[in-house]
Amino acid sequence: MRPVSGVALLLGLMALPAALGQRSSESHKNSNESFAIVSFKWDHVKEPYIIALWILVASLAKIVFHLSHKVTRVVPESALLIVLGLFLGGIVWAADHLASFSLTPTVFFFYLLPPIVLDAGYFMPNRLFFGNLGSILLYAVIGTVWNAATTGLSLYGVYLTGIMGELHSGLLDFLLFGSLIAAVDPVAVLAVFEEVHVNEVLFIIVFGESLLNDAVTVVLYNVFDSFVAIGETNVTGIECLKGIVSFFVVSLGGTLVGIIFAFLLSLVSRFTKHVRIIEPGFVFIISYLSYLTAEMLSLSAILAITFCGICCQKYVKANISEQSSTTVRYTMKMLASGAETIIFMFLGISAVDPEIWTWNTAFILLTLVFISVYRVIGVVIQTWILNRYRTVQLEIIDQVVMSYGGLRGAVAFALVALLDGNKVKDRKLFVSTTIIVVFFTVIFQGLTIKPLVQWLKVKKTEHREPKLNEKLHGRAFDHILSAIEDISGQIGHHYLRDKWSNFDRKYLRKILMRRSAQKSRDQILNVFHELNLKDAISYVAEGERRGSLAFIRSPSTDNMVNVDFSTPLPSAVESSVSYLLREKAGPVCLDMQALEQRRKSIRDTEDTLAHHTLQQYLYKPRQEHKHLYSRHEIMHSEDDKQDKEIFHRTMRKRLESFKSTKLGINHSKKLNKIHKRDRGQKRRNSSVIPNGNIPPENPVQDFALKEKDLEFSESEENNDYETLHLGKGVDFLANVTKQNFTDAPAGDMDHDVEMTEYSSSDDQLNQNGSVSVNPLHFFPSCLQMPWTQNYSSLENRGNISLSAVSEYIASCDPNVPDLFWESGTDMKNKETVNSGYCSEVSFKSENSQEENTLLMFEGLEDSYMKEPQEKKMLLDIEGNYRSAAARRVQSRRSFHRPKPLHHPKLQKLASLPASCHVPPHSLEQEETQL
Amino acid sequence: MALSMLAQESGSVTSEQIEHLHRRFKQLSQDQLTIRKENFDSIPDLEFNPIRGKIVHAFFDKRNLRQESDGLAEEINFEDFLTIMSYFRPIEMNMDEEQLDRFRKEKLKFLFHMYDSDHDGKITLQEYRNVVEELLSGNPHLEKESARSIADGAMMEAASICVGQMGPDQVYEGITFEDFLKMWQGIDIETKMHVRFLNVDTIAHCY
Repeated sequence: MRPVSGVALLLGLMALPAALGQRSSESHKNSNESFAIVSFKWDHVKEPYIIALWILVASLAKIVFHLSHKVTRVVPESALLIVLGLFLGGIVWAADHLASFSLTPTVFFFYLLPPIVLDAGYFMPNRLFFGNLGSILLYAVIGTVWNAATTGLSLYGVYLTGIMGELHSGLLDFLLFGSLIAAVDPVAVLAVFEEVHVNEVLFIIVFGESLLNDAVTVVLYNVFDSFVAIGETNVTGIECLKGIVSFFVVSLGGTLVGIIFAFLLSLVSRFTKHVRIIEPGFVFIISYLSYLTAEMLSLSAILAITFCGICCQKYVKANISEQSSTTVRYTMKMLASGAETIIFMFLGISAVDPEIWTWNTAFILLTLVFISVYRVIGVVIQTWILNRYRTVQLEIIDQVVMSYGGLRGAVAFALVALLDGNKVKDRKLFVSTTIIVVFFTVIFQGLTIKPLVQWLKVKKTEHREPKLNEKLHGRAFDHILSAIEDISGQIGHHYLRDKWSNFDRKYLRKILMRRSAQKSRDQILNVFHELNLKDAISYVAEGERRGSLAFIRSPSTDNMVNVDFSTPLPSAVESSVSYLLREKAGPVCLDMQALEQRRKSIRDTEDTLAHHTLQQYLYKPRQEHKHLYSRHEIMHSEDDKQDKEIFHRTMRKRLESFKSTKLGINHSKKLNKIHKRDRGQKRRNSSVIPNGNIPPENPVQDFALKEKDLEFSESEENNDYETLHLGKGVDFLANVTKQNFTDAPAGDMDHDVEMTEYSSSDDQLNQNGSVSVNPLHFFPSCLQMPWTQNYSSLENRGNISLSAVSEYIASCDPNVPDLFWESGTDMKNKETVNSGYCSEVSFKSENSQEENTLLMFEGLEDSYMKEPQEKKMLLDIEGNYRSAAARRVQSRRSFHRPKPLHHPKLQKLASLPASCHVPPHSLEQEETQL
Repeated sequence: MALSMLAQESGSVTSEQIEHLHRRFKQLSQDQLTIRKENFDSIPDLEFNPIRGKIVHAFFDKRNLRQESDGLAEEINFEDFLTIMSYFRPIEMNMDEEQLDRFRKEKLKFLFHMYDSDHDGKITLQEYRNVVEELLSGNPHLEKESARSIADGAMMEAASICVGQMGPDQVYEGITFEDFLKMWQGIDIETKMHVRFLNVDTIAHCY
């Protein structure tokens, strides 16, 4: 499959220039004669065109690889890409015997490497990184120097014995080669470790090493390069000293540049409030500038951009909007993974060039042996030293993985390609050896590291859901430990971290974070937020499953929902979108990208999902869709507010029910209080709107009021909540009077259209509003004769009772949709009703059977909601409605206390002829004033 | 003499470290034999710790001092000081499963006592709220209300972990130590709850 498509693509690619060339020459001829309407200018677009095509090929290849899970599970993607590159390179070479494409150091260092490193820095798990900084630095600095020195010296030693034959290199050349081949490569390490999910400490050590050793590599490379240039005899002690000094300058300078730019970036991001649309751009541009600046000052560019990412992430993420942050995340991932793909593919392509190859078996084999052996020795020695100081010991298994994970990659290749053939005589040999080493480590070690990790049973990361308790305890823990260090008079990790966070809070945040961000930026809060999101989603998923969100308001489901949010709901959930997306979050992996992806997928998908679904179901009608085009802004109106509302609501609901079970709140007492409060409210309101009913002739005002209500303070919301949840009946009652705000779920309708519809339906509904209260009035009497009896009679008597049912449906009809957003929108008239009906609460809460039936109606009514909008549609969907209702009834069954007697009847009700469900509109006109 | 005996008692705290701690103790107590609560005020770095009250409290909590009695000690001597400190010693490589388990429980018990301020063996919602409020007090922008709701949420989570499905009438009174253990399952506290007692010169650091 893969080769075939590759060939096809490539043939197309090859044929294109030829064909285009021909045509362009033809068109050229024509243009001499007259003005050409269409002309081909292949030469004009050639370069960007080919680049774009290569990128396309690489991306398509990625798609193809992932068609087969079997392959990608065994073979790392980087290895596949190299092989693909070799293959494509072979075809290109076979076609025109010219290696026209190769990975040039300029392209690599200026365009391909920065995104990958920035991505690594920006998504670096800082705590983990700084917690292991000591170990990372040791491996990065000492380890790399050790590798470079031993490899270079050993090769030189072997060369002196004459095994390698005649070379034109001296000691310095070998050391130069050693220094460029010594460094573990971040790109290769990331690519391979991404698929091997080792525990996070191990990962961060290997990965951190690969990032930070850049400074060492750059310095060693530059030092030896210049030494080679000035000649062996001119190297003095002072030059060596200069080399050592330059190491500190290069590394610390690079870091400093990174930090300065991070500061700048954070500062800029603080003031982008009004230019949201280019906000993400700053992140990339300023980080890239840090890279270039460091490069310009011949400091370590990788360190600069890494630390730029590491330092700015906290503030930038807090400052920029959620949307921008998502954009940054995706763009960064896209750039990084694209660059990585291209790098590996071009590594393969570059290798197909007979020009660069010189074979020297001894040299190549010995290089492979030496880099592996010395890596192992270096790791073992350094770990032995480290373990005397580390509290979390690095065990032998970890050391094996660390040694084995020392992959070399494109950095080495780019560096070796940079060598000047005039100064370094054996450049070709070095290049070919580097290519062999890179291929060997990426393909062979990359292939075998996974089985190795499994075979050694390396501790992997376990994925756990973020738990609030865990976070809280973790925070308490940090404080305790730093306090103990203070008390015992130690300066340790915790002490330093504590001091830093104090400094951060006192000064940095004030400078670098927006006011609003300072507030919300707390990890515990974030987890809380995340959990809330999850709850909201599980609510929605549950709603999807049942086909209605009505249950959210049904107190009877509280227990169920309360239980455990982490276990997926049984049965039909699988089909729901949110479930699928949540599944994708999957098990955690350790590497950065995956780590990020996980977090992202949890947050993001849930975010967007909660958004989408909730919006779809609940909020649409209220949203005023502005179909405006603006280059500078993306409209996202009320999203945030809506989110907050929903979280608030779900959380509060859970809490209320929890509290009431847990603390045994005295219902009646609180009710009384609320009663009073509501009365007060009523008094206030009544002056404005008599009887709590908005005059039907003014639906527009209605709208305005609603908007205003949205802004209601929280405390009032709270009251609402309490009212709603204390008495299980109250909420139903509350709903009833809210029909003023019944919004038909509007699709992508024009706002104007919606408005007119509102006005018409509002008219109607306002009248109904009072009607629908009616059944509630009757409830006491209804109670004496349980609804189930109605059903049985319904069954028996057929038409007569059927019509009764439909009457009931009709009367209840308009209430239901309000369910969703009523708590957020503090409705005045609802309150008045509340005060009126609070006393009736008690009887309702006792009757749980009714909830069942009511819910059923709600389900039906729910679907009818669309009715005023799309009357025509109704008939077509009718059948669906029925079956949906039946499903709902069935699904309900599993959650409720067993009531075997009722269900069959309910189901029968659900399967009544379609006509029965159509609300006879005539009935709705009936009016009873409150 | 006494020092070396203590060294044996408190496990991995070596005599060298004990000497260091002893110096520190004398520094804190101003060469008295016992430390009182006020002595902790002299540590400047502790000032910014949001839960410093709880931590200092823990030093005087008799439950942590392995005394049979309950309640608060007025003052603690060096031995007690060392006992508290030994809660924070790192695990040793040669510990077997059983020792590890006991070790873990000891550490968790210390934490638990810190939360359970009224000594009734349960972390009630109110107690939890207090802790969370203190924890978040470092952030001036955070309202008390949200701290409370976080505590509530955490409590609910605890309830769902420990009790599982709750009936509507069931009341979850608070987190018992058993529940506390359950909540910490899978988190390797042993490797986290430790302070490395290095021999850092503390004199300069104190003022």
